Amino acid sequence: MRPERTARKGGATGIVLPSARVDQFLQTLKDSIAIGSLYALIALGYTMVYGILKFINFAHSDIVVLGAWVSLTLARWLEAQTAAAWTAASPPGFYVGVFVLIAAMAFCGLVGFTIERLAYKPLRKAPRLNVLITAIGVSLFLQNIGQLERAFGTRPASIPALLPDRTLVAIGRVNITLLDLVGVGTALTLMVALEWLIFHTKLGRAMRAVSHSTTTASLMGIPVNRVISFTFVLGSALAAAGGFLWALKYQQIKQTADTSWTLLGLKAFVAAVVGGIGNVRGAMLGGLAIGTLEMFGSAYYRSSMADVYVFGLLIIVLLVRPGGILGKATVDKV
Amino acid sequence: MLSKLWTTLAAAAIGLTALGSCALGGDTIKIGHYGSLTGAEATFGRSTDNGIKLAVEEINATGGVSVGGKKFKVELVSDDTEGKPEKAGTVVTKLITKDKVVAVLGEVASSVSLQGAPVCQEYGIPMITPSSTNPDVTKVGDMIFRVCFIDPFQGLACAQFARNDLKFSKVAILFDQASAYSVGLKDEFGKALNKLGGKIVSEQAYTKGASDFNAQLARIRETGPEAIFIPGYYSDVANIALQARKLGMTMPLLGGDGWDSEELAKNAGDAIDGCFYSNHYAPDQPTEIIKTFVGKYKAKFGGVPDGLAALGYDAANLLFDAMARAKSAGGTDLRAAIAASKNFKGVTGTITLNQDRDAVKPVVIVERKGGAWGFRAAIEPK
Repeated sequence: MRPERTARKGGATGIVLPSARVDQFLQTLKDSIAIGSLYALIALGYTMVYGILKFINFAHSDIVVLGAWVSLTLARWLEAQTAAAWTAASPPGFYVGVFVLIAAMAFCGLVGFTIERLAYKPLRKAPRLNVLITAIGVSLFLQNIGQLERAFGTRPASIPALLPDRTLVAIGRVNITLLDLVGVGTALTLMVALEWLIFHTKLGRAMRAVSHSTTTASLMGIPVNRVISFTFVLGSALAAAGGFLWALKYQQIKQTADTSWTLLGLKAFVAAVVGGIGNVRGAMLGGLAIGTLEMFGSAYYRSSMADVYVFGLLIIVLLVRPGGILGKATVDKV
Repeated sequence: MLSKLWTTLAAAAIGLTALGSCALGGDTIKIGHYGSLTGAEATFGRSTDNGIKLAVEEINATGGVSVGGKKFKVELVSDDTEGKPEKAGTVVTKLITKDKVVAVLGEVASSVSLQGAPVCQEYGIPMITPSSTNPDVTKVGDMIFRVCFIDPFQGLACAQFARNDLKFSKVAILFDQASAYSVGLKDEFGKALNKLGGKIVSEQAYTKGASDFNAQLARIRETGPEAIFIPGYYSDVANIALQARKLGMTMPLLGGDGWDSEELAKNAGDAIDGCFYSNHYAPDQPTEIIKTFVGKYKAKFGGVPDGLAALGYDAANLLFDAMARAKSAGGTDLRAAIAASKNFKGVTGTITLNQDRDAVKPVVIVERKGGAWGFRAAIEPK
């Protein structure tokens, strides 16, 4: 049967599909892309830092949390300055969302810079394990400081609506809303921008050089410390964008030490490893792969095993292709 | 981190002043409370703590509690579990061995209480959980009591309400598979609904820490239920409600006492309109004891007390009532006095402890209507 077109309210185009199965498939596909692009965005931060410094920045997921909470706090503050409450029916102008996003990215970029300077830079010559432990320390510090009543407190909170509730396309019972489009669109735009930055600018070339060999890069006159700082700023800004989009998507966000954040960070990290840690394109691919697997597994097999699929994939990738899908296999001489 | 440092310092200071005197020394008697003062379910621990504080303040205003013919001021030592089961053992051990409390109150979450209870049993210190509803908690041993109803009854009450009052026959379930409370309540609700002639059309699970419920909800949508039963905690329920409405699912959501927090409606907004949950009390019930309690609580803490605050208050008062009847504050004497509690007039109803050390009392169904939670029905135990 051919899909037939009907007009829906709000000017959205409605396409009626014959079967509930197609509905479910499309719904799952939509959710996969939405969550996958978020994982990808967050995975980029893990992979960039690993690529350059060869250590896992465990505090990265806490920057995502910070991004979400800063967005929420700023949006609430801005809302309080205006007379009306922001709801999906009466949202503020589009520029408010853009402003909140940029502000959160800038703030987290600064925090990322500071963390690198204070916590990681003094350990540049120390064994890698020390840096790893420091990263866990930074993570705990951020989680706990966020719980202070003067910071974000211990209660969940919800972000005011920054976008109108508008359905753009309705296929069967699957609605693609403006929110979905903005979420995925922002994530993809940022990823394309990063790709361009890394492969088509001088700074990007410097980053790749440092990642290849720090010593050689510094002999060639590349300011290694500055490049490392910049990588942290970039990764943290992307994390903040991830946090912002997360808050926009789920509305309610939980306090900084909640398990949901740890799980989000872990999944993004798995995405980076599955794609090939240190590889930017791999992180994007890994994010989408994890999102798709998680959503389709939950929708078609058992929802109770959502996390099992993700970590199962990690185990398989580590066994079959330890370098990740796009990663290069390297042999360490012991 | 900082707040914890201060708590440690404060605890150390208290420890120093109390050095050389045990809990019964001087004129004070110490009781402990372990709860989620921070963490994902922080409102649970804080509300309970406020309720207990109010009770302690009141008893001290009357000169303290009399044990074996001597008056003692009550001192409350509260410690944080962050809502993590793995922390409960350490925290309770610390309360008993270091702070030397004579009785322990806590926790809210059954999974945490299940870790704290064996420690109390081991040291022979009575523990009263204000609000852990999983049956297994008091089965840990004869030192463990509770002042709330248990999940089999709560599940039955929810099912009765859904089937008899709301006349629903097709209900779906979405539950947290990592929580003893959620799994227990789900089982009891399902059993009871089937017995009443209803049917569970879909049963989906999530794990603590999940944020995206779209896959589960989309599957539930396919089965066309009249309501969804979500025996989870308020922070997850808010996410679930918001996502369900976005998927165009408008049916009422039902839940248990884990929904009880003002944060739920604050964060879920309209998404929670027309939903119901079973609770220990409703602040708008027109009885004198509830009115007085709500008034006093509001004056001290601001805000309407939730069910957990009421249960914390009741648990502490029941303990004081037992202390006054006990021969001494020693574990065995105190235990016997608590076990003998009968027709204790609490905010959350009249409490009599049965031989399983569980409270027998009615379940209250609360409804979200016109932007406020209100009393809908009370379901009496058989």
